[in-house]
Amino acid sequence: MTPTQLAGRARTLAQQPWGLWCVQAVRLTRIELRRNLFSWRATWIYCLAFIPAIIICIHALVDRHPALQMGEDTNILAGIVQLYYIRLGVFFGCLGIFSRLIRGEMIERSLHFYLLSPVRREVLLLAKFAAGSISAVCLFCSAIIVDFALMYAGFGAAGRDYIFNGPGLGQLEAYLLITVLACLGYGSVFLLLSMMFRNPTPAAMLVFGWETINPVLPSLLQKISVASYLRHLMPVTVGANGIFALLTVETEPVSGWVATAGLLVLIAIVLTYSCYRIRTLEIRYSTE
Amino acid sequence: MNDRIIFEDVSKFYGEVLGVNRISLSIPPGITTLVGPNGSGKTTIMNLMTGLVQPSNGRITVLGLRPTDAELFSIVGYCTQFDFFPRGITGWQFVFDSLMLHGMEEAMAIDLAAEAIERVQLGEAASRKIAGYSKGMRQKIRLAQSIAHRPRVLVLDEPLNGLDPMARAESIELFEELGRQGMHVLISSHILDEVDRISDRVILITGGYLIAEGNIHQVRQEVHEKPMQVLIRCDHPELLAAKMFSINHCVEARLHADGKGVFLRTADIDQFYSMLNAIAAEGLVKIDAVAPADDDANAIYQYLIGTEGGPS
Repeated sequence: MTPTQLAGRARTLAQQPWGLWCVQAVRLTRIELRRNLFSWRATWIYCLAFIPAIIICIHALVDRHPALQMGEDTNILAGIVQLYYIRLGVFFGCLGIFSRLIRGEMIERSLHFYLLSPVRREVLLLAKFAAGSISAVCLFCSAIIVDFALMYAGFGAAGRDYIFNGPGLGQLEAYLLITVLACLGYGSVFLLLSMMFRNPTPAAMLVFGWETINPVLPSLLQKISVASYLRHLMPVTVGANGIFALLTVETEPVSGWVATAGLLVLIAIVLTYSCYRIRTLEIRYSTE
Repeated sequence: MNDRIIFEDVSKFYGEVLGVNRISLSIPPGITTLVGPNGSGKTTIMNLMTGLVQPSNGRITVLGLRPTDAELFSIVGYCTQFDFFPRGITGWQFVFDSLMLHGMEEAMAIDLAAEAIERVQLGEAASRKIAGYSKGMRQKIRLAQSIAHRPRVLVLDEPLNGLDPMARAESIELFEELGRQGMHVLISSHILDEVDRISDRVILITGGYLIAEGNIHQVRQEVHEKPMQVLIRCDHPELLAAKMFSINHCVEARLHADGKGVFLRTADIDQFYSMLNAIAAEGLVKIDAVAPADDDANAIYQYLIGTEGGPS
């Protein structure tokens, strides 16, 4: 591309109504948030997010917490984040939230109201993605903060010391970053799947299988996975057990920045393709 | 920007199923009625115009804009026949939210939403959840949403469905008023008798094919194989019928129920009128009124599309 063509493209981009698009995106996001977070249908996602908090709470109330046990509890919390939240909670929560954004509205036959508004379809998609992400992040991050607080609350002064003067806060930050990235990563994938398939659940189950067997795949294939990037960001390593440990392919350690950037690139690619798909999306409710 | 809705050789196939085939239209401002049986392609034409489905072939422009342009929806309002709404929403929220997506100031959106709700006479029910609305109220709130941003093109798919006679009359009055204001109002309705009164032109489609288009009276005159029926109000209907038969210009005559008029059917309407003038000039019969009795959309529909089932 010649410099003149580049300058022309830049001029065209600058002339686009970015201000209007931002206003529309913010308003759409607000409408979607109202529907995502404050609806009875979201109850099961609240349960999914807060079940570990309930269990940890019972554990904190019933069991004694000798200071020596703190390392074990730290490992348990890491296991909860990696094995429960990332593999199950965020995965299925995002499936529920993001597949509803487009496909759910097609099933409810209300998507045409958005498509008939003077909003570019790409803006609509990105606003819906933003709303889904904010909902998922709010739910799962607050659940993890509650888990973390409950896990160390039972240790009293030793727990406070671990959090504020030890590695506690750093670990919490890492868990929150992992959760945010997991919500964005799985969210983008499920949003795309919901546009590609009438019922995205079977495809989501394939993704689930892929994510589960990902550690035993060759390192190149491991890169096409949300979980593999997140594994590199875990502040506490949770080792694989049994036969799975034997099959696990140890990849080279990747720095946090590279893992984060890699996942963000993956999300950007998926969203770009989703934007392309929504441009040609047709309303044919009779076939839903 | 031109002021027409233009379809250029537009076809739409749903897989192997034909939606519409090679439709070419140029619709000027005013009220246009789409007439055709179930599955004839009326909704497909409306959905194509508004980008809800994309044409397999051909090109569509609405006042110079393509259906894929987001700006199109600043000038188009579409009241679909899908009787579904976003969950848990009130009538007011439904209209207000859609206005806010235009990017307008909140105060302006409030004013426009109130104006539209007032126009469809939904009143205080607007603050209630749509889930509790009757079918007629849902129809009204959809209509309010489609006119709230003061569009230049209003597309109405079966807008009279579910409305009681009073609300139907009010809606028709509203469409008439919008048409008079120079708007494009495109209506598909099976209540032809009522829509017919206000239509400037009619588009007849069946099986995805356009079979006639234009001013309703012109379309009727083009249906040569079906003799036209005229109602003549006069003091001696039997005498008039006999006279018309004697000069071989009538193929059928039927007395009006009140005995003060006669329905005459003729294959050559121009000749018929000149003969009628001649008879009136002779003074044998005193003619009070002459009116075409079958150049409405319903009759044209029956002649061109068939008699079974009726339009939808």
